[in-house]
Amino acid sequence: MDFDYTDEQRLLADSVAKLFANRYGDFEKRKHYATLPGGFDRAVWAEYAEAGLLALPFGEDHGGFGGGPVETMIVMEQIGRALALEPYMANTIFAGAILRHSANHALRDMMAPKLAAGEAIIAVAHTERHSRYDLHDVTTAARRDGDDFVLEGDKTVVIGGDSADYLIVSARIEGGRRDRHGIGLFLVDANAPGVSRRGYKMQDLTPGAEISLASVRVPANHDLGGLPLLERAADEAIAAICAEAVGAMESLIAMTVDYMKTRKQFGVPIAVFQALQHRAVDMTVAAEQARSMAVYAALSAASDNAKERSEAIAMAKTAVSKAARFVGQQAIQLHGGIGVTMEYKAGHYFKRLTMLTMQFGDADHFLRRLAA
Amino acid sequence: MELSFSPEESAFRDEVRQFIHDHLPHDVQKNMIEGREIGKQAIVDWQRKLNAKGWAVPHWPQAWGGKDWSPVMEYILLEELQAAPAPQPLPFNVSMVGPVIATFGSDAQKQKFLPATANIDIWWCQGFSEPGAGSDLAGLKTTARREGDFYIINGQKTWTTLAQYADWIFVLARTNPQAAKKQEGISFILVDMKTPGITVRPIQLIDGGHEVNEVWFDEVKVPAENLVGEENKGWDYAKFLLGNERTGIARVGASKQRLRRVRELAALERAGDGALIEAPWFREKLAEVDVDLKALEITQLRILSDARKSGKHGVPDPRSSILKIKGSEIQQATTELLMEVVGPLAMPFQGSGEPEDASNEMAIGPEDAAYAAPTYFNWRKISIYGGSNEIQRNIIAKAILGF
Ligand SMILES: Cc1cc2nc3c(=O)[nH]c(=O)nc-3n(C[C@H](O)[C@H](O)[C@H](O)COP(=O)(O)OP(=O)(O)OC[C@H]3O[C@@H](n4cnc5c(N)ncnc54)[C@H](O)[C@@H]3O)c2cc1C
Repeated sequence: MDFDYTDEQRLLADSVAKLFANRYGDFEKRKHYATLPGGFDRAVWAEYAEAGLLALPFGEDHGGFGGGPVETMIVMEQIGRALALEPYMANTIFAGAILRHSANHALRDMMAPKLAAGEAIIAVAHTERHSRYDLHDVTTAARRDGDDFVLEGDKTVVIGGDSADYLIVSARIEGGRRDRHGIGLFLVDANAPGVSRRGYKMQDLTPGAEISLASVRVPANHDLGGLPLLERAADEAIAAICAEAVGAMESLIAMTVDYMKTRKQFGVPIAVFQALQHRAVDMTVAAEQARSMAVYAALSAASDNAKERSEAIAMAKTAVSKAARFVGQQAIQLHGGIGVTMEYKAGHYFKRLTMLTMQFGDADHFLRRLAA
Repeated sequence: MELSFSPEESAFRDEVRQFIHDHLPHDVQKNMIEGREIGKQAIVDWQRKLNAKGWAVPHWPQAWGGKDWSPVMEYILLEELQAAPAPQPLPFNVSMVGPVIATFGSDAQKQKFLPATANIDIWWCQGFSEPGAGSDLAGLKTTARREGDFYIINGQKTWTTLAQYADWIFVLARTNPQAAKKQEGISFILVDMKTPGITVRPIQLIDGGHEVNEVWFDEVKVPAENLVGEENKGWDYAKFLLGNERTGIARVGASKQRLRRVRELAALERAGDGALIEAPWFREKLAEVDVDLKALEITQLRILSDARKSGKHGVPDPRSSILKIKGSEIQQATTELLMEVVGPLAMPFQGSGEPEDASNEMAIGPEDAAYAAPTYFNWRKISIYGGSNEIQRNIIAKAILGF
C-alpha cells in the first residue's frame, strides 16, 4: 500500500500546474478561449502536446509515455483546478482508451499515434435522446452493405464533439434497443458525407455538439469493438472525471475559505461565525472523502476484471457526485450574492461540478448499478 | 381542528382559478411553466387585471384598495397564482413599499403613490443592500445630506432586482452619521429613477440572465418631501417591511407547480424499458419531496390560522423564518429534481440572449431541458436573499435559546 506520488509523478504535477497557471491564471482568458472556433484555444492545446500530455496514456509503440491512471489523475486534477476548456477527457482519455484497448489493431495502430501526437481530435458519440446514461441503449443503426456499414441516427450532447476530426459512434448492428450484444463502435470521419453537427457550449462553457448521421458510409473494418470496450473506456473516463471534480472542489473550498476570512459583516470576518466554520468543515470532509474515492477509481480503472472495475467506478462516481453537489451548493451559499454572479469564479466551479456529476451518470444512476 | 377550507374559502379558491383560467394569457403561462423570462409588460398587464378585480393589494388598508380579508384568503390567492403559474403582484410594490407608505407615509405620499403602486403605474425597486451591507444591512454607507428642501444622496446600492425596469427606488440612506448606534440615523427615502446622478449598471447572474443591478448615486438631489415618516427612523420602517413577507414566503404553490412539471417531464423521459415516472426509485425521490412540502403547507396554514385567531394580522411571526428556510430548500430541491429528470439533456447551454452566448438556438429534448440547469443554478439565490437561511437560523436560535 502506498499513496505517494513518485518523483516523476510529482514533476508531472508541477509542470501541468505551471502550464495552467500561465494559460488560465487570468480568469478573463478563459472567457476569451471559449469564444474561439471549437470552443477552446488551439495554442493551449499545442502546449498540452508539447508538455507530453496528449501522449501520456499511450504506449511507447504509439509515440506515448505509457502513463497509467495515476498520471491521468494528476493531469485531470489540474484541469479541474483551472476549469480548463480543452477536450482532454473526451479525446485523450475516453477516445484514447477505446483505441488503446481495441482489438482492431490495424485501426488502433493508425489512430493512436495521431492522438498521441496531437494530430487529430476524436470525440465519442454515444448518448441519444432517450438513452439517458445507459451506454447499451442504442438505436443508431449500422446496416451492413457490402464491405461497408451504413450509419443512421442521431447522437446528442457529444462532449468535445464540436471540434472533433473523427467521431467514435456507438451503433447497433443487430438486436433490440437495449440488448448488450450487437453494438459496434465505428470510427467516422467527422467531415464525411452524411455527418452533420451543431456545436454549442455546455453550461460550464466546455464545447459539445449534436450529431446527425444520415446514410454515413464507413468501411466494415472501422469497427473498433463492442459494448465491453465502450464500458471499459467509460470507466477510465469516469475515473478521470472524479479526479477533475476533486481538483475543482479543492480549489473552490480554498476560494470560499479565503472569502470567509476577508468578507466582513457585523464588524467581523464572516469566518468568525461558527455555523459557517462548520459548513466549511463539512465541505472539507466531503472533499477528502471524494479524493479517497478518486484515488480508488484511478487505482481500479486499469483492472481487467470488468465486474470489480465497474463496481469500484460506480462507488467512486456516486461518492464524488454527492460531494461535488454539496460542496458546490455550499460554496455559493457561503459567498452570498456574489456567488450567484457570472463574473465571479466560484459560480463557474459550481457549474462545472454540476456538469461533472451528470457526465456518464449521476449519483442515482450509479447507486442503482451498485444496488442491482 | 379542521383541515379543509370553509365553504366560502373553497368557493373563493374556485373563483381565483376561474379568473386565472379566463384572463391569464396562454403564452405567459407557458413561458412560466418552462422557466423562461416573461418580461416587464406581461407582469404589468397581469397586475393591472388583478388590480381591476381588486386582487392586487388585498392586504392594504381598505381606503387604498385593501379587502380586509383573512390571512387564509390572501394565502389562497397567492397559492393559486403560484400554482397556475401566473405572475405574482410585484413584491417591491405590493409587499414592500406599498405597506410602508400606507402605514408611515404622509397623506400627500399616499395620494401620489399608492394607487399608482397598486396598478404598477410606478414600478418600484428596492435599494437596501450595498457591497458592504448584505446580511448586516444596518452597516449601509449611502448618505443623504440635508440641504434646504432637498436631500443629496451619495453612495452605491447593489443586487437591486429589476432596477432596469424601475420608475422609482426606495432607498435606505444614512442621514445622521454621528448616531450612537448604526441602526439609528438611517432614513427611508423615495427617489425617482430619472433624477440626474443615478447610474444603473447590470450584473449578470450565474445563469446568464440580467435581473439584478448596481445603482450608483452621485449628488442625487431629492425633494425632502420624499422622506417617508420621520428622519432617522428608517430602520424601523425597514424592519416593518422585511417582516411583512409572511404570506407566500414559503411558495408552496410554486413548488407544487414545479413538481407537477417534474411529473409531466418524467413521463416523457425513458429510464430503461419504461418511463422514468414509473421507476420505483424515482417515485421514492419524488415522494420524499412531496412529504416535505405537505409538512410545510400545513405549517404555513397553522401559522396563518394563529394569525387569524389572534387578530394580529400583519404582525410578523418569528416562525416565518421556518417558512423561509424550508420553503427555499424545497424549491431548490424541485429544481434539482427537474434537472435530474432531463439528465444529460440539461448539459447544453441554450444561450442567454447575450450576443456572445447565442451559441445554441434550438432546444434539445423537451423545451424545459434548456432551462433546467440554469434554473437550478439561479435558484441558489433564494437561500441567500431576503435574509439568508443562516440569518433565519440565527433568528430562530435567538427565539429558542434566548440569546
Ligand atoms: C438575486 C438576488 C436579488 C437580490 N435583490 C435585492 C434587491 O432587490 N434589493 C436589495 O436591497 N437587495 C437584494 N439582494 C441582496 C440580498 O438581500 C443579499 O444578498 C443578502 O442580504 C446577503 O448579503 P450578501 O450577499 O452581502 O452576503 P453576506 O451578508 O456577505 O453573507 C455571506 C455569507 O455569510 C453568512 N452570514 C452573514 N452573517 C452571518 C451571521 N451573523 N451568522 C451566520 N452566517 C452569516 C450568510 O448567510 C452568507 O452565507 C438580492 C440578492 C440576490 C442574490
